[in-house]
Amino acid sequence: MAKLTDEQTLEKVREVLVDALGVDDDEVTPEATLVGDLGAESIDFLDIAFRLEKAFGIKIEEGEMMPANVINDPRYVADGKVTDAGLDELKKRMPHANLDTFAQTRSVEDFPNVFTVEAVVNFVKNKLG
Amino acid sequence: MRWLWLDRILELERAKRCVAVKNVSIAEEVLHDHFPATDTHPATPVMPNTLIIEGMAQTAGILVGHANDFREKVILAKINKATFTDAARPGVCLRFTAHIERLDTAGASTSGVVEYFEPCTCEPRPLATIDLMFSHIDHNRSGLSFPEHNFVFGPTFKDLLRQSGFAQA
Repeated sequence: MAKLTDEQTLEKVREVLVDALGVDDDEVTPEATLVGDLGAESIDFLDIAFRLEKAFGIKIEEGEMMPANVINDPRYVADGKVTDAGLDELKKRMPHANLDTFAQTRSVEDFPNVFTVEAVVNFVKNKLG
Repeated sequence: MRWLWLDRILELERAKRCVAVKNVSIAEEVLHDHFPATDTHPATPVMPNTLIIEGMAQTAGILVGHANDFREKVILAKINKATFTDAARPGVCLRFTAHIERLDTAGASTSGVVEYFEPCTCEPRPLATIDLMFSHIDHNRSGLSFPEHNFVFGPTFKDLLRQSGFAQA
């Protein structure tokens, strides 16, 4: 497959999210969060992963795109907040996501907000190399 | 599987394809209310599309469960697409054909077609395309707890397999 431009990657990701979440094209902006803005539920992440695999010809391992197991791991969470070790683990596991805002609160409840359309695009770009 | 909406499994190919059939009978109570006669229209009994989706969910669910020897609790998690082009009237036989598109430890996506056969011609006619997502719930608990035993694939379901000739499935 010829190397995709950033715009082409965004457009294909947009098609995937429109199909998976039943949202309109213009809702899928780079800064839109999948859960808060586009209404994704947990099963949708599996659906999105399967569709990305098909659309881009990539293989996505479980938890690779959104390592939710980190925020469910008592080694990385204390009193509903991600610890320093947890934040380090998330940074290591999620180079595709911008964790700056999340790092200010570290609240587990805020974690879904790190998953934006841009994070999905970055994830795909990293996978494609 | 607490109740069955299939009469027989015809084909079961591991992690690939499952084919099942259900006959639509006027004796089924659900058809009496869907749709009853009104002052202006005679009764129009057809199987509700939601129950046709259920038939596909059971067909595809069996396929997904069989892929892991029914160790996983397979739950319908999402209807990705359900498009209907006709109605299922009493007297026809519905054929559900499900394929696995993707399967991993967390769940599976399936694609499926539903056809019906008129008894007088026995020619298949398209009825619906139904694509589904299934969750292996022990891998997606999201803080919820479920019984340890596999309540999805219970005795009723095993009877269907056995009666369909898949006792060793």
